[in-house]
Amino acid sequence: MSEAKGMSLIVKRITKITVSLIFLFGVYIVLHGHLTPGGGFAGGVIIALSFIHLVLAFGKEAALEKLNETRISIIESLGGLMFLGIGLLGLLGGYFFLNVIPKGRPFDLFSSGIIVLCNLAIFLKVGAGLFSIFIALSIMRMPLDSEKEKK
Amino acid sequence: MLSYVLCLVLFAIGIYCLLVKKNLIKKIVGLGIMEYAINLFFILLGYRSGGEAPILSKGAVGNNFVDPLPQALILTSIVIGLGVTALMVAIAVRLYEKYRTFDINEIRRLKG
Amino acid sequence: MIELNVILILMIIASVVAMEIEDLLSSVIALGAVGMGLTLEFLLLRAPDLAITQLVVEILSLIILIRATVDVDIEHKKIKTHPAYLLFAVLFVAVFLWFSIAALRELPVFGKPVMKMGAQYLAEGVKKTSATNIVAAIILDFRGYDTLGEATILFTAVIGVLSVLRKIGRKK
Repeated sequence: MSEAKGMSLIVKRITKITVSLIFLFGVYIVLHGHLTPGGGFAGGVIIALSFIHLVLAFGKEAALEKLNETRISIIESLGGLMFLGIGLLGLLGGYFFLNVIPKGRPFDLFSSGIIVLCNLAIFLKVGAGLFSIFIALSIMRMPLDSEKEKK
Repeated sequence: MLSYVLCLVLFAIGIYCLLVKKNLIKKIVGLGIMEYAINLFFILLGYRSGGEAPILSKGAVGNNFVDPLPQALILTSIVIGLGVTALMVAIAVRLYEKYRTFDINEIRRLKG
Repeated sequence: MIELNVILILMIIASVVAMEIEDLLSSVIALGAVGMGLTLEFLLLRAPDLAITQLVVEILSLIILIRATVDVDIEHKKIKTHPAYLLFAVLFVAVFLWFSIAALRELPVFGKPVMKMGAQYLAEGVKKTSATNIVAAIILDFRGYDTLGEATILFTAVIGVLSVLRKIGRKK
């Protein structure tokens, strides 16, 4: 990522289509975590990969103007606090992490009480955390390149 | 029985790579191979021949499932492995910036 | 199961290639081949949750490793390792393999596991949580405390990376 403009025109056109598809797929895997394989961790990594796809095709500035570093850390902390809050909510019923929200019938989308909310909390935390690791690793490239050009 | 032995051979290759190679990136590769071997070994322990995946589907009430408990534990372990790899790569990148080499003998000699 | 062993042998060959090759970028890509073989293994052992997670985690760790190795010069001088050191490493690995293969006799036969807790989770999982994915029910309802620990570990890893690679506040 030494030039700020990103890749060629064909890659940019195709990226505009595929990024939304990957995002939709990640959200589907998270929401159906209690019915089909997947869950919060795989969905969070897929969302982080879709944002990385955007950064790789358009250069660093295009993604960072929508989602700068302060906002990413707010989203990640929100996910962690939500997970802890759901656990403490179980204390009202008896012990830690008790399933207090009413459960529906099996095979419904809104069944099984606490599991859907936990999946959402983990999805926010994992997605935002992994994207911020990637941004930290790719910004640090700049001093190395300018040193090489000075020589 | 043969699958267990091959899995342990993969783990032994990982240990050998971690002990002998001098490059930092090769040591990270060796740790990655060890992680894969351990995750595979746990899932091999929980397999039941002729069994199905532990996900129930509408109408089909089967009785023959594989063990779901090792799968839940290894799911956690895979994501932890990713976090550890990311931290190791960050430290390696900082070391390269400061000493301009990945060789551990050179880094020990140049210290400071 | 013959296809399990065939893929395991391919993974062993790919890991030996990853260990011996000199170019760093090629050795990282060979590590990616080992990870993809592991995804196929998880599918053959009836664990679809793990296969999806391992696939996407492998892609992300390949991206991170390639960023570290893409602009590195190959070192030209090769210091030979001391032959006593190599001999000690080979001896250690041989002793480890000997004792661990001898300990394999205590394990149950491949294909007939001892499912004490697993049978209980399968029998009453749907009744108690009404979730049809038993693995998700285990990690988020029966053993939710472990998932809290894992979320803490990921948080610590992110803090560690951000504090190692920071530009402000470093004494130049």
